[in-house]
Amino acid sequence: MKVLVGVKRVIDANVKARVKSDGTGVETANVKMAMNPFCEIATEQAVRMKEAGSVTEIIAASCGPAANVETLRTALAMGADRGVHVQTDAELQPLAIAKLLKSVAEKEQVQLVILGKQAIDNDFNQTGQMLAALLGWSQATFASAIEVAGEWLKVTREVDGGLEHVEVKLPAVVTADLRLNEPRYASLPNIMKAKKKPIDTLTPDALGVDVTPRLKTLKVSEPPARKAGIKVESVAQLVDKLKNEAQVI
Amino acid sequence: MSSPMQSLASPFYGPEHEDFRATVRRFVEREIAPHADEWDEAGSFPRALYEKAGAAGLLAIGFPEEYGGIADDPFLRLILCEELAWGGNGGVQASLFSHTIGAPPIAAAGHPDVKQRWLPDILAGRAISALAITEPGGGSDVAGLSTQIRREGNEYVLNGRKIFITSAMRADVFTVAARCGQDGGLSLIVVDAKSPGITRTALKKTGWWSSDTAELVFEDVRVPAINLLGEEGRGFRLIMNNFNGERVTLAATALGAAQVCYHDALAWARLRQTFGKRLADHQVIRHKLADMKMRLEATRGWLEMVAWRLRQCSGKPNAELIAEICLIKNFSTQTMQFCADCAVQIMGGMGFMRGSRIERIYREVKVMMIGGGAEEIMKDLAARQLDF
Ligand SMILES: Cc1cc2nc3c(=O)[nH]c(=O)nc-3n(C[C@H](O)[C@H](O)[C@H](O)COP(=O)(O)OP(=O)(O)OC[C@H]3O[C@@H](n4cnc5c(N)ncnc54)[C@H](O)[C@@H]3O)c2cc1C
Repeated sequence: MKVLVGVKRVIDANVKARVKSDGTGVETANVKMAMNPFCEIATEQAVRMKEAGSVTEIIAASCGPAANVETLRTALAMGADRGVHVQTDAELQPLAIAKLLKSVAEKEQVQLVILGKQAIDNDFNQTGQMLAALLGWSQATFASAIEVAGEWLKVTREVDGGLEHVEVKLPAVVTADLRLNEPRYASLPNIMKAKKKPIDTLTPDALGVDVTPRLKTLKVSEPPARKAGIKVESVAQLVDKLKNEAQVI
Repeated sequence: MSSPMQSLASPFYGPEHEDFRATVRRFVEREIAPHADEWDEAGSFPRALYEKAGAAGLLAIGFPEEYGGIADDPFLRLILCEELAWGGNGGVQASLFSHTIGAPPIAAAGHPDVKQRWLPDILAGRAISALAITEPGGGSDVAGLSTQIRREGNEYVLNGRKIFITSAMRADVFTVAARCGQDGGLSLIVVDAKSPGITRTALKKTGWWSSDTAELVFEDVRVPAINLLGEEGRGFRLIMNNFNGERVTLAATALGAAQVCYHDALAWARLRQTFGKRLADHQVIRHKLADMKMRLEATRGWLEMVAWRLRQCSGKPNAELIAEICLIKNFSTQTMQFCADCAVQIMGGMGFMRGSRIERIYREVKVMMIGGGAEEIMKDLAARQLDF
């Protein structure tokens, strides 16, 4: 079976994100970028499934500006076979990405799409669900284990208070949770080989997708700075402050 | 853990470099940093780490692809050394990568059978390679070495002593410098560590505790003649070329350690309060930090230029570049010395306590200024190359 994995380029998890001074978004100019950690887990899963023999080809797709090719190279270095870059400088929201991935999935005739459960920049947690709906495929989100059983996938999901075991019929969209696997190091020889793997470039227009944003961002602001704490003299004073100042009890 | 120094753009690094940096960083975070203290105190680290490093391709740089290597790129070496430094254990770094001094002569001048016998295993981390040049009678004066080989039929018979040899307790293969006859020129020869007649004695050191350093005695060790690297008596050039690579690596490693000093000292200076304000708010301390940063950036700028020049000449430096390599080795290890000293001072008593990487780096400074060519020797060699 052919698998499509989505890989998003986000601000590196080690970098402290800063809000643009005009409050329109987060500063990304001259900031170190990397593959979204959940997309790494999705890619790792596809590579493991290929190593186990249940997957024949892994296609990594990334939507966004020219620099996204670097993120695709990272996926190729981890073991994806080829890349698809949907190139656009437009702002992309989950619905637009889901539509783009839908046309890539159909074009490539994949039976499975694995995405991260969310990206660490916007934390939308929507793309996988929207994609499954648009394709009319089964979906299993927050996967912590995936097993192929013929035409079916057995997926373990992390839910509040425990694990849920579901079976979904292929074709399907699965989103990866943190504990699905521990992504490998892209080995140096594989990083070098990745330079020679093919990457196709497409555009939203060529795919017939209108990516115009449907959501409007009103304002982005830094979280309030934490204030210094105080020491209370007695339990009575603590209760009083919790009740009257913090108003939490 | 992050490498704060890499936030500024540089013309030298492409996406594959960044991918490689991410790989090394992850390797260090998972495989080295959590054990740095424990391994130093234990005086060793698990042999399995070699195979893990091999699987990640960390041992491959600069070796032929047919044996599992990757084409040379000095910037990959820089990244590797610098990122490893964040693991905070120079001893692991020294032993895990002892093949970067032991194996290049095999790749450069080995008989095909010898290359096939050793290189794939070394690059995969299945075999440990060590370089044995230094002798009790002296290390700086390479031309004065006295270990002997004598030809007997299809074999050489090796006799002599070597000292301060990194990885020597665990090595599977030694690349040994010896001369054929009293007045014969120097040769390098590949010696299987299982050969009868080899005695190894572990040495205790100021730093690099997790690295196994030893004295070696060779008594009538019989070595197949094809194990000689290149022509008999023509090994001096091979040894000198090998030193160029080692010195760039040492410079990059020293820069990495100096960066860790700056990073940890700055973090402490921001946190620690004395006399009602942060250490970083005392002018004396912030000036120390500025001096550290100044030396770091000067060292980095020059080292990257040296790496670029090495890439331009495909790793075949002319006299002027050899001089630069000698001097950047000195400059970078001085930066490390300065930064280690400042960092311990800024940390105060904490800087003298075992269990922090600053304390360890402080103990690792001198070997960087002595090993791979001591400072005085580097200056003299540079002077000769520059025809003073
Ligand atoms: C931890 C550790 C690991 C090592 N690992 C290895 C290894 O793996 N393989 C290996 O072969 N060697 C190794 N060495 C040895 C190292 O390369 C030598 O210590 C170094 O080359 C210096 O040689 P020496 O110790 O004999 O000092 P000497 O040559 O005796 O020099 C002593 C001092 O005198 C100075 N000096 C010497 N000659 C002159 C001169 N003409 N003019 C001015 N000053 C001079 C030197 O600079 C030095 O400061 C290691 C050393 C250490 C400490």
